[in-house]
Amino acid sequence: MINERTLPYLLLAPSIAFLLVFFAWPLVEAFVVALTDASGAWSIDNFETMAADIYFQDALVNTLLLVIVVVPLQLALALAMAVLLRQLDAGRDLYLYVWTIPLGISDLAAGIVWLVLLSERGYINTVLAGLGLIEGPELWLSYESPWALFVAVVIAEIWRATAIVLVILVAGMQLIPKEYDEAAEVFGAGRWQRFIKITLPMMKPSIQTALILRTILAFEVFAVVVALGGRDLPVLVSEAYFWQFEYQDSGVASAYAVLILAISMLATFIYLRVLRVREEQLA
Amino acid sequence: MRTRWLWVALALLLSFWVLFPIYVIALSAFSNRAEISAWPKSFLPEHFSLETIAFFFGVEGVWKATLNSVIVAVMTMVFSIGLGAPAGYALARFGFSGKDAYRLLILLTRAFPIAILALPLTIRFIELGIYDTPLAVALVHTALALPFAILVSYSLFLGIPREFEEAAWTLGCTRIQAFRKVVLPLALPGMAATAIFAFVISWNEVFAAAVLTLQNRTLTAYLLTRLVEAPLYFQFAGGFFLIVPSLIFIFAVRKYLFSMWGIASR
Repeated sequence: MINERTLPYLLLAPSIAFLLVFFAWPLVEAFVVALTDASGAWSIDNFETMAADIYFQDALVNTLLLVIVVVPLQLALALAMAVLLRQLDAGRDLYLYVWTIPLGISDLAAGIVWLVLLSERGYINTVLAGLGLIEGPELWLSYESPWALFVAVVIAEIWRATAIVLVILVAGMQLIPKEYDEAAEVFGAGRWQRFIKITLPMMKPSIQTALILRTILAFEVFAVVVALGGRDLPVLVSEAYFWQFEYQDSGVASAYAVLILAISMLATFIYLRVLRVREEQLA
Repeated sequence: MRTRWLWVALALLLSFWVLFPIYVIALSAFSNRAEISAWPKSFLPEHFSLETIAFFFGVEGVWKATLNSVIVAVMTMVFSIGLGAPAGYALARFGFSGKDAYRLLILLTRAFPIAILALPLTIRFIELGIYDTPLAVALVHTALALPFAILVSYSLFLGIPREFEEAAWTLGCTRIQAFRKVVLPLALPGMAATAIFAFVISWNEVFAAAVLTLQNRTLTAYLLTRLVEAPLYFQFAGGFFLIVPSLIFIFAVRKYLFSMWGIASR
């Protein structure tokens, strides 16, 4: 019977059913596929194959390095943007609109955009040549200069995905009452002091959210890397893709997926411990 | 007064950093083949040409992939709103046991990488005979967009005072009538923004689309598999074409961006 008590459950039921079938179940299934061999028996063969692959170590190191380099830079840049936004008198909405444009741009498109800029006869090289730093077209995006490829991916990721951090931080900043800042100003606190002592601590919950979300997504870096460097800069998700698609081996691909999940969970756990948010700070 | 100018200069610099790459890919997409391999590059549009774009759409499979992308994205939109809006309404209007557990479940889903969903589903979809169909991709994309749709519609319905609905009931409306005539019109703009967001999540997604399709590629999956052999001007036109809907989208939902993220990130 439909009444006040059953109605909410009826309304929730379709979404719960969907999430069970398309979230919980594949999650379990991924572990099963990763932990069984071709005959269906339990084994860690897939993980051994994964770990023994020549691309594995590079993929793991590159992914971790990318997260370690990209996420802090994005947080710093987004914080600077959010603070800067408060200092501006006019055009705030317009700046905010422009700065959030990359939010809607896919990682594949972002990779291609930076390919335009960084290719051999591209725009960055034109500028560098104009400044006399290089003599002619120079090939950056190749396996011969992995550091340049890495830097290119870092730049493209910062360009594309800082916007999401910015939006979360600005949303959090809007919740801070203006009076706190004004009171501190009355007592003679400088701009920098107010930022360190008031704004930053008050923003801890949104910083935590932004860091967790951005880190999880950063571990999934994929299309940007493939667009800029193919397999010259292997990362975990691109390896999962190649194992699934090129080698048709779901077992090893799933092993990669499980590894990515494990690392993401670990990172989330660390953030929750390190940046513990006290109840009274939750706005 | 001096610092004011510094802030404005910084803001302009950051805007340049965001816009310049987009300008450059647009410039490339609307130039001819010779210019794309020209050296040194010109930073101003000199020879406006539709040659590259025309070539891109002339390549076999591009139109089909575009059509597939649109079909998948529309399905994702319909599924996420159809499943998410009722759930959001229930969360906003009722107190019931299990509510916190449900909200936790929704938040948890965001911690899972797409690879872990797409790979096992590939195997199941082959068994079910829906592998390589827009439906299969749309189902996985809905798993990505649904948690978002639930949280956003929750906040939308929460923003519409319960008293409005109660007033309609006392005036003789049934629950459904009250919802349709009072709540829905107020929630509609926000719902539309949520729907557009679901569309873009799907339009932009690469990994699941790439492993779940073979013949019926979406545009992202199609471009990804063409990256190795395709000439640069083809890639540039494709990249530009991928970006266009995003620009329109961010413009359309700019008002809702913060209310959406404010709630969805808690």
